[in-house]
Amino acid sequence: MYKYSDFDTEFVRERNSQFRAQVARRISGALSEDEFKPLRLMNGVYLQLHAYMLRVAIPYGTLNSDQMAMLAHIAERWDKGYGHFTTRQNIQFNWPNLSDIPDILDTLASEEMHAIQTSGNTIRNVTADHFAGAAADEVADPRPYAEWIRQWSTDHPEFQFLPRKFKIAVTGSDNDRAVIRAHDIGLQLVEQAGKLGMRVIIGGGLGRTPMIGKVLDDFVPIPDLLAYLESVVSVWNLIGRRDNKYKARIKITVHEHGLDDIRARVTERFNQLQHQYQDTALAQLDQIKSHFTPPQYRSGSVAGFDRDYRANPVFQSWVDTNTVAHKNPDYAIVTISLKAHGHTPGDATAAQMRVIADLAQTFAHDEIRISHEQNVILPHVHKSDLFALWSALKPAGLAIANIGLISDIIACPGMDYCALATARSIPVAQQIAQRFDALELERDIGPIKVKISGCINACGHHHVGHIGILGLDRAGVENYQITLGGDATQNARVGDRTGPGFSADAILPAIERIIDAYLALRIDRNEHFITTYQRVGLAPFQAALYPQERGAHAAE
Amino acid sequence: MNILVTDQGFSPLTHAAYGVIKTFAADTDPATITAEVFTADLIRIEFASFADGRGFTLARLLRLRGFRGALHAYGHVISDQYAMARRSGFDAVEITDTLAARQPQQDWLARANWQAHDYQSRLGKSA
Amino acid sequence: MSRKTIFKVITANHLTLGDVIYLDPWGAWVRDLRSAQVFDTAERAQSRLDLAHNQTDVAVGVYLADVHFIDGEIQPAHFREAFRATGPSNYHHGKQELAEHV
Repeated sequence: MYKYSDFDTEFVRERNSQFRAQVARRISGALSEDEFKPLRLMNGVYLQLHAYMLRVAIPYGTLNSDQMAMLAHIAERWDKGYGHFTTRQNIQFNWPNLSDIPDILDTLASEEMHAIQTSGNTIRNVTADHFAGAAADEVADPRPYAEWIRQWSTDHPEFQFLPRKFKIAVTGSDNDRAVIRAHDIGLQLVEQAGKLGMRVIIGGGLGRTPMIGKVLDDFVPIPDLLAYLESVVSVWNLIGRRDNKYKARIKITVHEHGLDDIRARVTERFNQLQHQYQDTALAQLDQIKSHFTPPQYRSGSVAGFDRDYRANPVFQSWVDTNTVAHKNPDYAIVTISLKAHGHTPGDATAAQMRVIADLAQTFAHDEIRISHEQNVILPHVHKSDLFALWSALKPAGLAIANIGLISDIIACPGMDYCALATARSIPVAQQIAQRFDALELERDIGPIKVKISGCINACGHHHVGHIGILGLDRAGVENYQITLGGDATQNARVGDRTGPGFSADAILPAIERIIDAYLALRIDRNEHFITTYQRVGLAPFQAALYPQERGAHAAE
Repeated sequence: MNILVTDQGFSPLTHAAYGVIKTFAADTDPATITAEVFTADLIRIEFASFADGRGFTLARLLRLRGFRGALHAYGHVISDQYAMARRSGFDAVEITDTLAARQPQQDWLARANWQAHDYQSRLGKSA
Repeated sequence: MSRKTIFKVITANHLTLGDVIYLDPWGAWVRDLRSAQVFDTAERAQSRLDLAHNQTDVAVGVYLADVHFIDGEIQPAHFREAFRATGPSNYHHGKQELAEHV
């Protein structure tokens, strides 16, 4: 993975010293809160319901064991012994003091980590396919390009005070695991006549007005990429709305001006910027690529794995749900579930982080990923190591075999933490997970993506969940709306709203009715929830949710 | 605006020292800036709010289109934005006495090393 | 069912610690909602609110929150304020954690 050059190290050192001074100037009153707020946001510092929150960047979701161990140390020293992994592949600490944050940032810097531009009206963490470099269906590893874009966007002089946040995601595969169609810019690495380029998708986004991105350009050659991205953001910086924060994102700008108009503006801007970056940037890209070499794969028999797989049903169950095929047939991609039933989705204790760090070093070529689904991935594990890995994960509560199942829920922090939230999301996730675990139905139900957001900002990605749940405030009481049939893959789709929302007591029974309807409607176990939904549509599920009998209406 | 902020710090500002001066709001559509403007001695771009980053892009576009005169940012620009302003093509920032009282010269001089730690130039962004 | 009368308290977050604070009758910032100064109306709270807004060295995000009385005790009138007054529901953290150590 990428290692800092002296330039990167000095940049972070200087940035941290600037922020330390900004904190001091805020405390002394030299900076007003209005002036300080964007400065602390661009250094990842939020003020939430109960405390400050620090969002640490995990660039394109990639980290090594030393970095994971450092996050554990920070959790213990300056927080309450845990961290929360997010839907943008970052980690959040919920309880730091403002006065400690400069020290935390310096400590992060010692392991080549930072919190730069993880918030604010800036270009945020460039996310990437969490299976990058390991999946067989890749044209090429997208992460060197993500790192290249990260550098281009870091402290970009024009783009620190954008109309709103700007999010970029990159994938190297037709199978979109990075949700590129729900980003301001989504990039797919493609090959044309032997050359690599990017398909550029623009104007995707969730939130109050969810939209699926549109193709702005089918193929931008790599040498033109940075100038092209700069053209897009430059155009939006000038015409993106600043009068209404719900209409500021580029998806609204595209909607209001029309894609052709935006494309014409970008083309005109690109004509002015075309000669920027070019050879110098390409040399830097080559330098970056030299860090992203495949691991030193080891050879070895997988007979032991085959034997354990057949002999141990619990191990087999975990392999079936939590591993997928690696491009090297002797290896597997492992997902470590952070979705223990009844626990907070995406949370890991410091002890668990240390277990993951150790195991990554022992079994996984020291490479760790965080997925937007709030789980931890070890992308390179030799199959003969899987049994030992699983055995070591178990006592740490990290061997839950539920990846892709109904309890593998994405949930934002919601009103338990977030100042923007209108309802809690974590308790709903806990209830759903525990209920279907108790019913022992998870495997029978099969793959299904449940996503929960605690407000319309949709950080839980509910719009693109197979079942999406949105928590709102209705007359001073938590109320949950359901959407169905959303899709976060290359078949990206915004879910359909089912109808009136459900109270906190009624939401779990409502989800149960949806699942009962699915089990009754599906052709057989091989027809997964989303396929059944696509076949039968919303109506049968609405009928199940809102029974016609008088008095049985569950909606408040 | 009484004070001119440059890499050397504060100095008194007199607009009379410049010849032709053109002033634009940060939300000016660059397409409306005519060729005649490029002959000005000084272009000033107003930042009505420091949270509005349009002025930085406007400055960059003026430079890309070949403006070689003096380019100033003025209005609510804070010292923490000085490096951004210089890297975007501004030569200097004009501020009021009131702002200078809260953001003394040393806050601005702390950002005078704007050519260092510049990722974009390192990647080949040309002026 | 009678509707409880709504009163106001002044609340904010502490600048450096980030936790929830309330303004008390002596103009000090306190951690316990039960010690907050209660106002009949927003208008009555205005001058204290202005004072609170100026305490930028201590308080961030000052605003008026709705409360009502239950059995003579100030209680939050909205669930968001209830969470601010106790802490999150998934861990025993925040004010509820500290309350044990009084």
